[in-house]
Amino acid sequence: MNTGSTNTEQTVAVSVTVNGTPYVVDVPPRRLLSDALRHDLGLTGTHVGCEHGVCGACTVLVDGAPIRSCLVFAVSLDGTQITTVEGCCADDGEMGPVQQAFQDCHALQCGFCTPGFITLITGYLEDNPAPTPAEASEAIAGNLCRCTGYQNIVAAVQRAAELRRPVVEERASRSPGEDR
Amino acid sequence: MSTRLFGQRVPRSEDPRLVTGNGRYLDDLGHDALAAAFVRSPHAHARIGDVDVSDAVDVEGLVAVYTYEDLVSDQAEHGSRMAEALPLLIPHPTLTHGRTPYPLANGEVNHVGEAVVMVVAVDRYVAEDAAGRIHVDFEPLPAVVGIERARDGGRLVHEDVPGNVAAVMVQQTGDADAAVDAAPHSLELELEIERSASMPMEGKGVLARWDADDQSLLVHTSTQTSTSVRQAVAAKLALPVDRVEVVTPDVGGGFGVKIMHPWPEEVLVPWAARRLGRAVKWTEDRREHFVSSAHERGQLHRVRVGYDDEGRLLGLSVRFWHDHGAYIPYGLIVPIITSTQLLGPYKPGVYRVEFTSLYTNTVIVTPYRGAGRPQGCFVMERVMDAIAAERGIDRTVVRERNFIRPEEMPYDHHLVFQDGRALRYDSGDFPASLEKLRKLVGWDDFAAFREQARAEGRLVGIGLACYVEGTGVGPYEGGHVRVESDGTVVVSTGLTSQGQGHQTMLAQIVADELGVPFDRVRVTTGDTRRFKYAVGTFASRTAVMSGSAVAMTARRVREKAMRIAADALEASPEDLEIVDGQVRVKGTSPSGANVSIDLGTVAVLSNPLRYAFDDAARRATQFASPADPARAPISPGDAPGLEGTEYYSPTQSTFANGMHAVVVETDPDTCEIKILRYCVVHDCGTIVNPMILEGQIHGGVAQGVGGALYERMEYADDGQLLNASFMDFLMPYSTEVPTVEIDHLETPSPLNPLGVKGAGEAGVIPGSAAIASAIEDAEGFPIRRMPISPSELFHLRQEHQS
Amino acid sequence: MKPSPFTYHRPHSADEAVELLRAYGDSAKVLAGGQSLVPLMSMRLAAPEHLVDINRVEALQSVEVGEDEVRVGAAVRHSRLERDEEVYGAVPLLRQGLVNVAHPAIRNRGTTVGSLVHADPAAEMAAVLLLLDGVVELRSATDSREVAAADFFLGPMQSATGPGELAVAARFGRPPPGSGSAFVELSRRQGDYAMCGVGALVTTGQESEITSAKVALVGVGDGPALVDVTSAAAGPGGAFREPQLAELLASQIAPESDIHASAEYRRHLALVLTRRALGQAHERAAA
Repeated sequence: MNTGSTNTEQTVAVSVTVNGTPYVVDVPPRRLLSDALRHDLGLTGTHVGCEHGVCGACTVLVDGAPIRSCLVFAVSLDGTQITTVEGCCADDGEMGPVQQAFQDCHALQCGFCTPGFITLITGYLEDNPAPTPAEASEAIAGNLCRCTGYQNIVAAVQRAAELRRPVVEERASRSPGEDR
Repeated sequence: MSTRLFGQRVPRSEDPRLVTGNGRYLDDLGHDALAAAFVRSPHAHARIGDVDVSDAVDVEGLVAVYTYEDLVSDQAEHGSRMAEALPLLIPHPTLTHGRTPYPLANGEVNHVGEAVVMVVAVDRYVAEDAAGRIHVDFEPLPAVVGIERARDGGRLVHEDVPGNVAAVMVQQTGDADAAVDAAPHSLELELEIERSASMPMEGKGVLARWDADDQSLLVHTSTQTSTSVRQAVAAKLALPVDRVEVVTPDVGGGFGVKIMHPWPEEVLVPWAARRLGRAVKWTEDRREHFVSSAHERGQLHRVRVGYDDEGRLLGLSVRFWHDHGAYIPYGLIVPIITSTQLLGPYKPGVYRVEFTSLYTNTVIVTPYRGAGRPQGCFVMERVMDAIAAERGIDRTVVRERNFIRPEEMPYDHHLVFQDGRALRYDSGDFPASLEKLRKLVGWDDFAAFREQARAEGRLVGIGLACYVEGTGVGPYEGGHVRVESDGTVVVSTGLTSQGQGHQTMLAQIVADELGVPFDRVRVTTGDTRRFKYAVGTFASRTAVMSGSAVAMTARRVREKAMRIAADALEASPEDLEIVDGQVRVKGTSPSGANVSIDLGTVAVLSNPLRYAFDDAARRATQFASPADPARAPISPGDAPGLEGTEYYSPTQSTFANGMHAVVVETDPDTCEIKILRYCVVHDCGTIVNPMILEGQIHGGVAQGVGGALYERMEYADDGQLLNASFMDFLMPYSTEVPTVEIDHLETPSPLNPLGVKGAGEAGVIPGSAAIASAIEDAEGFPIRRMPISPSELFHLRQEHQS
Repeated sequence: MKPSPFTYHRPHSADEAVELLRAYGDSAKVLAGGQSLVPLMSMRLAAPEHLVDINRVEALQSVEVGEDEVRVGAAVRHSRLERDEEVYGAVPLLRQGLVNVAHPAIRNRGTTVGSLVHADPAAEMAAVLLLLDGVVELRSATDSREVAAADFFLGPMQSATGPGELAVAARFGRPPPGSGSAFVELSRRQGDYAMCGVGALVTTGQESEITSAKVALVGVGDGPALVDVTSAAAGPGGAFREPQLAELLASQIAPESDIHASAEYRRHLALVLTRRALGQAHERAAA
């Protein structure tokens, strides 16, 4: 049986800033943020592992705080600032500190869960710049990885803390408002 | 100069792409594709009556709805094979009652989740809307769930399969039961392992594009075997094989479940794409993955063992029952592996094993990392501990006494392994491995630690488990290596990657063999457009099979490079070496004129040309240099290009081994089980990249811990899967996984050019066995069934108190 | 796993929100953090035709620390409440309970009032509300009412919030001076719903004798169970008489077996964790 109709579900215009770039996107209200990022904005770095909020692969930062993008409707986030794994790169487009730490410590294998860890850790290190291994393990404990056994991810959290220190210090040494 | 890369902790070349969000997994492709969703059976066992789609046709954005009837008419009209049952992939003479599913259910469903109707729509949201409005009349039938119910045969899964038995298989080296009866001491044990699953973070997925102009099909699928999917799709759709290509994109984990193929969706999506003339994509969601992919591990074992005063085995007789679910497309691989690999590093005396593979109304069973070995290891290691306890001998001593000695290698068990070839261990030094493990975990100091803990009111225990793993299963893999005119080396092999770092590992091997820098090597896996002949990624075989194949190929290409360079440099090939991508006369400085030539130039010279399409090509054209008029530009037997293809095909598997020791603490009040230490000694022959190897072990151990303490598929008696979500199927988080301490032993395999053995599955194998051993040690009563939860430990304590 | 279509409403005041709820009745649901609702919708176990998103209602965003209680607006996220030092100073039990709610990424979006309304029998904050003599403020287009914690939880996934009503805030009572509190729980994996969780509030008198001891348990019945265990206190040492404790609990909890734990084990845990929670709470009360 074939039909030829097209989808005319009502849409809502949503304005979000993703990785510093403003977007206005028309989506149905039911569009999950994860799907909006991946399929409407083409930012496929955010992965979907369970769609019920347990695995954490879809974690993004909303106004700096890690959340599960499969557990929010895009429409609900109108006006927010979103950071995805693509936005965790260094200014020159090379690997950012958390990303570099993941390579250094072999903290990924298949790489599917990795974007969720990288955004989570990026957000976490902003608040906790020098975690102990136990704190690092605790910090990543809401995200599932089926490949690595986590040991190297914990090491990567510490390595990332080390790598970002000069960047943070430089940021702090600049006078307030300079980068506005 | 270049250092040897083999054996180095080379950072992975895959990573920069994957950590920046630039991976390309299945659902990242085909944004323009239509989306498929399925109406799946809510019943474990039912006859299908009417399928009413009238409510669904009003859904805006719906494109097509297909039922089994559409497959029948397609077969009649277009000569496809879509209405036939899916193939029985691995036939075996003892598999007398093999049943496989249809792409869409044909009149009957046999497990919750079986696909009944396929829906195609503009996107997945709309496809689910339509699927939700399709009404299927089911006439429920009694469900067969669990080994006991399947075994009693009172209810049948398939009417024409008596007793629910697909196969009974026996292997024996003599009269084991007589040996047990005659032995001075004997024990009988009943041992059980429950179902778990591979559960990769990315589910399955298929994207198919039909090119009407070219009359060809391009399929992307998240698989562990693209070459075989290609053949299967071509066969089902009745297309010439050369009109079908299958590409494996980045795959978000496999762990076995993606070696099974063709999944119903893997033939339905290409079929729909061709019918509709549109790209069609199906991305499996997590709920679908739980109820329509594959599970593994569920087995019940009954063991009789006879031994002497010293605890040496004299006879071992094992019967077990394997629950393979509703269908058996992957054959008997899992129980065959259990039945052979159960023996581990030990000499069993006279051995007999008999297994029965049973149908149940549950999801199918296909190999999950370890593939029957965790069960076998659990059985043998529980037996070792039971003998040690009965004889009052240290558990390491009993094991040591039963080990095959290094001087007995190669050791033939006179049994047939899963590949139909000899179960013959090629190498290994088990006493040395055990000694390393005892040191690593501090086996001899544990008694003092136990006393100290006891004084603090704490309960601790130590356990260990040993295994042998047949890896690098044949029949073959191949490699293709080509040096491009810019000096880039492109390598391809047909098997696929799911995160094991194959690109890095294979590039290390090729870079060493060819003498080029690591970053000049580009590796492609799992793309049938690049390499047509392959088997797949399973059985810890890539380093052994494709590693050997690309090494052999690189050596062949190197020979050719030497020959051409020798001509150009007017030197003898034996006097040449390749360093940093430069072929040079041995001992000369690379900068010296006319004493060296870069590999890119050699590649140019290998391909005599008429047209100077770029600067490099100019050097190979017909007037570029004087030619010997007596010689053809391409000599007989030679070929243009600096490239080659070789295949590695061993006569048997190579056998890796390892031993794990675990220290646990059990809470006297809450019955929580905490792993304090997890130690691994691992011998997989020579090591290509220790960093990647350790990563494989870490991940395997985490899955072993999951299988021992957290993960199980909970089926209700009516065949409903009660925990089909990550809320209730408890894969461990970082807080549940211990830090793994590793020591290596390298006993090279004599069977392949690199001396390597497989390592991918090893970490998971002894998890349940070692953890059970440690809990038993802490609690003082036997653990016969895994996984174990705090609640179950609580009840065991109550049983043993009364 | 994609939600059914719905019409989205984004009121900017509580008046507007309750008006929408009145207009759409049973076909509408309130969207706060959505951490429980959205997965139910993705699994199509819930399919509301209208969603009223209260995240932009300014009046529901506030946390007020008063002399007698802490008032938490309906749009306040767990993580904000958890990190608020003033709140912690006033009612430490709030943070002690909140850190057990799922994982940080969930707490960054989920709301405390939303969790109360959702009324999962294992929800920690329900126990906290009970222990602190809390109240939920409900508003509809025509009426406002307050429901005491004891009357709020009607059963599994069932709260007193009626059709057309919006829970605008929850108020948690400040414990009297000399009080200490604790929350302990045991789950299969850290961050999962607990097999059993116990909040405890112990108040001591001038001689550091226990004047009041209460526990609230989750995961061991249809809803949170509040048990006054003052009578089991054994004197100034802070110990509790175990048989009495067991007896007091026994009548108040009704655990069931599920795939994660048997009823009997849960009953056992209830006693063990009650003992531990009381011990910690008493220690803090005495400090």
